[in-house]
Amino acid sequence: MSRIPNADDVKKGVQDNVIWKSIFRPGSIYRKGYRDTSRDRALAAMNNVLYHLHPVKVKRHGLKLSYTYCLGGTSFFLFILLTVTGIFLMFFYTPAAGSGSEIAYADMQDLSAAVPFGSFVRNMHRWAAHLMTLTVFLHMARVFYHGAYKPPREFNWIVGIVLLLLTLLLAFTGYLLPWDQLALWAVSVGTDMMGYTPVFGDQVQFVLLGGVQIGPETLLRWYVLHVLALPFVLTIFLAVHFWRIRKDGGISGPL
Amino acid sequence: MAEEIDQQVYDDLIAQGKSERVATAKAKAAAVRQQKQQQAAEEPAQQAQPAASSPPAGDGGQAGGQAAATMAEAGVMTPEQRQERVRQALQAKQGETGGQAGEKAPSAKFAGQEHTHRLLAMVPPSGIQQIRGKQEDKVYTWPHLISSEFIALMAVTAGLTVMAVFVNAPLLALANPTNTPNPSKAPWYFMGLQELLLYFHPMVAGVTIPTVMLVGLAAVPYVDRNPSRRPENRKTIIVAFTVFMVFWAVLVMVGSFFRGPGLNWVWPWVDGLWFAL
Ligand code: HEM
Repeated sequence: MSRIPNADDVKKGVQDNVIWKSIFRPGSIYRKGYRDTSRDRALAAMNNVLYHLHPVKVKRHGLKLSYTYCLGGTSFFLFILLTVTGIFLMFFYTPAAGSGSEIAYADMQDLSAAVPFGSFVRNMHRWAAHLMTLTVFLHMARVFYHGAYKPPREFNWIVGIVLLLLTLLLAFTGYLLPWDQLALWAVSVGTDMMGYTPVFGDQVQFVLLGGVQIGPETLLRWYVLHVLALPFVLTIFLAVHFWRIRKDGGISGPL
Repeated sequence: MAEEIDQQVYDDLIAQGKSERVATAKAKAAAVRQQKQQQAAEEPAQQAQPAASSPPAGDGGQAGGQAAATMAEAGVMTPEQRQERVRQALQAKQGETGGQAGEKAPSAKFAGQEHTHRLLAMVPPSGIQQIRGKQEDKVYTWPHLISSEFIALMAVTAGLTVMAVFVNAPLLALANPTNTPNPSKAPWYFMGLQELLLYFHPMVAGVTIPTVMLVGLAAVPYVDRNPSRRPENRKTIIVAFTVFMVFWAVLVMVGSFFRGPGLNWVWPWVDGLWFAL
């Protein structure tokens, strides 16, 4: 009984074993015997890790591009893309500056000159960052125009405002890291303003800059904020945001 | 039935000077207790009845009806009654399917209620969770939502890839604290604030206005108490928000494209672009 295995045999061989079955839960579209029925569609959603994000069924009108413009989802995807490209960049970057040890800037030069795909990934990271600030703004506007902040979604709007603030802070802390003239002076314009905080102005500025003016300490401080602290906090607020979307009854509407 | 109270107990308690609320609660409890005792007393008699007149296997319909009637009388079924009812229903079902030999058509008994879980028949009506809410027009997440999300994700990735291949991120000369470029501009999302800096004291433009804006935005759901989400009912706030957004966008544009050296006004098509992303 020797014959050449056809595609079906291969499929069966791959799917019909304990390892495969242990990975994909019953109802997974990758498991043997998935049929395109209501039951299996429901199971496919329920037995997937995406069940953390999506319910089994969603309102039909929410699928229309003209309802969400996919702005929240795009913001989230950009955040993931930024994390991935950002991790790549971290392999080639040292947050060190100061006369005689301008490593950060040298790393930026090497990144485009010597690292394979270095400038591509850097470009991607930068453009995605600008785009994400934009999509988060637009997402906020879309939510506003749909009145989607009205009960029971008031609190999720506030979580959203925190997300907006965190997004801006991430963008701003990242702006300093190339340590070129653009970075230094764009950031000074911003931090100079913070120095005018009533009463605690000088202290606020000192804490933010790690000194009286932008220097190597600022770079280290903002690097840690940018690659660790702020993404961590953002992730937590994102979790609350998504959880509330579902608890508040899914996407709002139809209008 | 649930609201029945034991009047005697109630009067006694009121006479004792207990509050209306306490008296009502205790009287209600007493009524329920009495009812239970009564049922317990009646039960042996009732149980004997179906057992005595128990029809031969196959004739489940009638017995089921009887059980239902018993249930209606007493309001509750004992576990034994419930078991008996299940057994009879199962027997009846077996008889039917045996007769129709593999035919899938639902029996007349269950006609029109194919989607009801049959065990629900054993639960007293008060035990069924009542869900009020409109039936909504919904679709399955898989494949509908997931596939559109995938397309959106691919489109964004494609766009960004093209951009990243053809447009390089800027990298100017090494940072030099002693050499201030002219003009020095903030990143575009803070350009509105920088533009305000030209008209207001830095504390106002850099601290007061952003704080007021953030707090104001956060307060929107608590200030706007209009319950309607339809645009035609929200004209005022939509106009207000649009004015705010356009005002902000104009500030950002002006700061980005129309400010040159010394942050003086320039025309980008005459004097060139003083802007970096
Ligand atoms: C990092 C930034 C953010 C991400 C990744 C994000 C993500 C999302 C996603 C995926 C949704 C589902 C619906 C949709 O795609 O539109 C959503 C809904 C929502 N978002 Fe955001 N969001 C962010 C920022 C914000 C901001 C700035 C606000 C408002 C100030 C906000 C308020 C809301 C509200 C109220 C909903 C429910 C909308 C509805 O039910 O129609 N979010 N968000």
